[in-house]
Amino acid sequence: MSQDIFVVIEHLRGKVADISYVMLAAARVIAQATGGQVVAALLGHNAQELAGNLAADRVLYVEHPALADFTSAAYQTVLESLLREHAPRAALLGDTSIGGDVAAWLAARLSWPLVSSCRSVSAEGAVIRFVSQTCGGKIMAEGDLPGPCALVMIVPGGYKPEQGQSAQTPQVTSAAAPPLEGLRVAVDNYVEPDTSDVDISREPILVSVGRGIQTLDSIGLVEELARALGCPVCASRPIVDQGWLPTTRLVGKSGKVVKPRLYLALGISGAPEHVEGMGESEMIIAVNTDPAAPIFNVAKYGATVDLFDLAPALTEKIQEARRQRGTHHGAASS
Amino acid sequence: MVPHRPDFWGIPAEWNPTLWVYSIMFLAVFVLVFRFFQQARLWWKVGRPEVRWDHPGKRLGLVFKYWIAQLRVLGQRYPGIMHVAIAWAFFVFFIGTTLAAIDGHLFQLFQLLGNQNAITDPEAFKFLKGGVYLVFKLVLDLFTVAFLVGAGMAVYRRFVRRPSRLTLDSRFAFSLVLVIVVVIGGLVTESLRLAVVRNDASLAVGWWAPAGFLLAQLWIATGASPEALTNWHMVIWFIHLGSVVLMLVTLPAGTLIHILTSAFNTFFAKLDRPAGKLAPLAQNKDGQSIFVSALRDMTWKQLLDGDACTECGRCQDVCPAHAAGTPLSPKQLILSMRDTFHENAPLLAQSANGGNGKLVGEAITGDMLWSCTTCGACVRECPVLIEHVDMIVDMRRHLVNEGQMGGMLQEALAKLGRYGNSFGQSERARAKWAQPASLKIKDARKEPVEYLWFVGDYASYSAGLVDITRKTAEVFQRGGLDFGILYETERNAGNDVRRVGEEGLFEALVEKNVEAFAKSRFKTIVTTDPHSYNTLKHEYPSTDASRGRYPILHYAELLDQLIAEGKLKFNRQLGYKVTYHDPCYLGRYNGVYDAPRRVIQATGCELVEMPRHGDRSFCCGAGGGRIWMEEDLVKERPSESRIREAVALDGVTAFVVACPKDMTLYRDAVKTTGYENRLVVKDLVELVHEAM
Amino acid sequence: MDIAVVVKLVPDLVEELAIDESGAALDTSYLRLIVNELDNHAVEQAILLKESAGGQVTVIAPDLEGVDDILFTAAAKGADRLIKLTGAMSGVNNYALSNSLAAIIREIKPHLVLTGVQANNDLDGSVGPRLAALLGMAYVGYVSGVTPANDSVKVRKEYSGGLVAQVAVRLPAVLGIQAAGKPPRYVPISKIRQMSKTARIKDQPAGDLDAGNGAAVKHMFKPEMGTHATMIEGEADEVADRLIAIFKEQDIL
Repeated sequence: MSQDIFVVIEHLRGKVADISYVMLAAARVIAQATGGQVVAALLGHNAQELAGNLAADRVLYVEHPALADFTSAAYQTVLESLLREHAPRAALLGDTSIGGDVAAWLAARLSWPLVSSCRSVSAEGAVIRFVSQTCGGKIMAEGDLPGPCALVMIVPGGYKPEQGQSAQTPQVTSAAAPPLEGLRVAVDNYVEPDTSDVDISREPILVSVGRGIQTLDSIGLVEELARALGCPVCASRPIVDQGWLPTTRLVGKSGKVVKPRLYLALGISGAPEHVEGMGESEMIIAVNTDPAAPIFNVAKYGATVDLFDLAPALTEKIQEARRQRGTHHGAASS
Repeated sequence: MVPHRPDFWGIPAEWNPTLWVYSIMFLAVFVLVFRFFQQARLWWKVGRPEVRWDHPGKRLGLVFKYWIAQLRVLGQRYPGIMHVAIAWAFFVFFIGTTLAAIDGHLFQLFQLLGNQNAITDPEAFKFLKGGVYLVFKLVLDLFTVAFLVGAGMAVYRRFVRRPSRLTLDSRFAFSLVLVIVVVIGGLVTESLRLAVVRNDASLAVGWWAPAGFLLAQLWIATGASPEALTNWHMVIWFIHLGSVVLMLVTLPAGTLIHILTSAFNTFFAKLDRPAGKLAPLAQNKDGQSIFVSALRDMTWKQLLDGDACTECGRCQDVCPAHAAGTPLSPKQLILSMRDTFHENAPLLAQSANGGNGKLVGEAITGDMLWSCTTCGACVRECPVLIEHVDMIVDMRRHLVNEGQMGGMLQEALAKLGRYGNSFGQSERARAKWAQPASLKIKDARKEPVEYLWFVGDYASYSAGLVDITRKTAEVFQRGGLDFGILYETERNAGNDVRRVGEEGLFEALVEKNVEAFAKSRFKTIVTTDPHSYNTLKHEYPSTDASRGRYPILHYAELLDQLIAEGKLKFNRQLGYKVTYHDPCYLGRYNGVYDAPRRVIQATGCELVEMPRHGDRSFCCGAGGGRIWMEEDLVKERPSESRIREAVALDGVTAFVVACPKDMTLYRDAVKTTGYENRLVVKDLVELVHEAM
Repeated sequence: MDIAVVVKLVPDLVEELAIDESGAALDTSYLRLIVNELDNHAVEQAILLKESAGGQVTVIAPDLEGVDDILFTAAAKGADRLIKLTGAMSGVNNYALSNSLAAIIREIKPHLVLTGVQANNDLDGSVGPRLAALLGMAYVGYVSGVTPANDSVKVRKEYSGGLVAQVAVRLPAVLGIQAAGKPPRYVPISKIRQMSKTARIKDQPAGDLDAGNGAAVKHMFKPEMGTHATMIEGEADEVADRLIAIFKEQDIL
């Protein structure tokens, strides 16, 4: 047993995911209180250089060809053995597609307590306190992290990725991988995101729609508005699941992460899965008839008017503004 | 000598025309009846049973009104006059020919019966002689002229104007040419005879047969000898006879069959329920629900609807879904059903599992069915009383049962099932609009009230309508009305849920609302939404064991009453020039046309009617659950077409509605059509509120 | 392919949520429970697999208010067996739930266990990976689409950023479903009502619901409104005007 805080680094196809840095930032908060080290567990194949800017005290690198791609089976096996051996005070994993495949499995195998949806941590002496979001971000739950060892699944939003980055390359030690044969999960191939459509992560302005749309042809109204603004329409998960917009327009946990200058969220409640993909936008303006919608907690401006009244009105005023500017420009250039 | 009707004039008696003409005619009629029966038995063989022969007296009344008097046909001037001229001429020719046959052979019947007078003086048994005969000739001749006018109009319309709603194919051209040949053949035959007998006082009728007489002058002017004219007469007479025989034997297979099927269709029309009441899901002998997706699931009457269709296209002309460019045309829907029926019925009739009679997903697509707004304009317009909407809802029930529907509708139904409203909001938020303490709305569950206000989903939840809902409450209060609401216990009334085809959900909603009614004390229900009004009035259990039947009012009716009773007084005459949009479920389905108009006038507004008003009002496009569905097949929204109609009225500045869904759609439509500065959409209650 | 589907009931977020007097739990008097939406996708995915590859589908859910309706709905979609996990299910954590579920699933011996990849009230991870560990099965989560292939399944696993991996998983396995291959189907009320008359729900006692050494929530609160948006009041028209002004300030227009 140690007072170290482990962070399971998430990386895909040669790139460290932002959540890893967020976890390192959280881990630092705990380690400072416990007096332990922040240890990044980096699993991979020829991936040692990914340790580069991790703000960890040291990096435990596990090299194995079977770790070339993330698979739940390989990560589970390696991490179970690693955590058994080191027994850190806490091991942090992402509440993501990668961490999610591993954390609760480890909790069951190791009989360690697990806290998920954790947004931030704090420490008072030896007591480590977690704050998790629940009920779609409408409620926060707070408690003490049990010991002696515990697993924590971190959601983005509590710390900025930059806080978990460091200019110095940390010390890297190699750890041996346990035998990785007969794994029952294997990656066949990756399906590249459709590039024929616009890349919403590169757009400076986005209009986004969510489930709040409820009467007919609402998407049509939104599309008109987007056309006036000269930007694409993106959406939260339910809209894409229904097939109203292609997956290329999905913003959030399993979609794109976007950081536009303006994110106009229409009828979006602001569930954590969605906020994960747009919370870093420069300016968020939210329109939702439910004044208690969590989207208003991340938005700069909000309004509770009916989208069907607002969208056409706004479209027209934008067109009008553009026309005025257009004539102005025309006069200037002639 | 008085003129009399000659028998087989100009046909040599030794040919014995009586014998063979009657033989041929009887044979032709036999062929007609036999072939028609063959067709008709398929309705019963394939279709499900349904009782449609109760109240025969009333049914004959329908036949008189719609088959003989053709009131629906006359609803449109040009085609109305055209059709009635032809049809009535044929009725008269039929009666005339029958009378002539009786006149010619009545004495023989009496002879057979052994009547001595009939043997000695057969002429005494004839009645088409003298003055009676002259009038007989005059009537027949005038109807011949009427026919020619009607047929001319038909030729011009079918071959020159070619309106898109018509089926422009050879079957109709054949029928039209054939009836013209029959009638002109008769006229020419008559005129040739009149030309020959012009000097025979016992046969000449002069101007009593104006058309024949005039035409006879033409033949006389040719200078042809009486023998030559007699020979010509014989030739034309044969053509006339031949064409009549052809008409009779081809009638069951051609478009003229509508003469018979429309008689049956009007006789068997829906009598057991008002237009606003849908038939519940049918069940088979084992108590299982029947979901209509194939010919076998249809009732025989629905199959008869197909054969009764005259392809006139009036339904298509008034259909908002068709005008919007969706795949639905009520005419095509009926014809698709009919064509599938004709193709498969013989096989289906042979064995219980033979043939394929699938309709939904084949000739009739889900897109067609989901495009319907159930506005009822097609049913209102159909000259032969076809029941399109019932059939569409029957088929939607099948689609719902199979889960085949668009995502938005699915979401709406799921929300209605879970929360009792299509907004997916908590029931506790239903009366949020009533929160301002100043409103003080009574809770009908806790204290007795005279009027239970059934607010409805849109007026309760839609953010944009809250203001109007509050104004409604204020108007009620100022009218001294003792009213209350059900707060979170109210559920969507289910009118549109039912029309979407989700019968089970409809029943569940009814149960909840009826339970709430039973727990409250009130005398009358007043609704905001015409859709709620319709289903509460016609589809909810009509009696409450403890209370008896309670009246259902729409707020337009209630406002009208309050004004009439002097309880609502106005301080101002508004002086606006307005037009009024009749909601389908208030107007066409429930006949409430005058009450809202009187209210408008009472506020001092000048009412200008749109061309499509009253029972011909044009649907906003939201009904029948359309408000919950995708609009990707809609090219021009019905609501936009309607706003353009209103804008064309000179000086009209306000578009008055009496339905929350109308408010929602028309507010949008005014914006999307760019007429925001020309036209304001106002609820009826807003006018009242403003004038108080 | 025999499939067991685990369905959880979660707080309906449409309702206003309140925290009870203890300050550490949701006030259940105002709570409405609904089926976890992702579990609904899991049921759909199971039915889709049954339709394409045959087999039995067993749906298991804890005994909470509204569970019968959820199970009958699954039956109307095509589930063959319905199991209700009885016991003091209110507030049970996934640790306890997984232990009970594992015991039942061991008896069913399915080829595949499907469940939603997460639920809105998960505070100790999700059920799926725990079950996999307890049952000795493979686990893959964030799955949107499953295709059977001999003794394995091919699944679409979603990563953030829109990247999707095609992953082969040898059976038996537990999958955490993010989305079914098709949106969940609508089941008409009449079918559910009919199922409530004909389908049988088997009650299965959950046994010991020991919460384990999991983290205890000491305090619940609604997120701070300190960062709350500046609300623009007024009618749509006024809001639009204000937004135009903001757009102009931001040099977007």
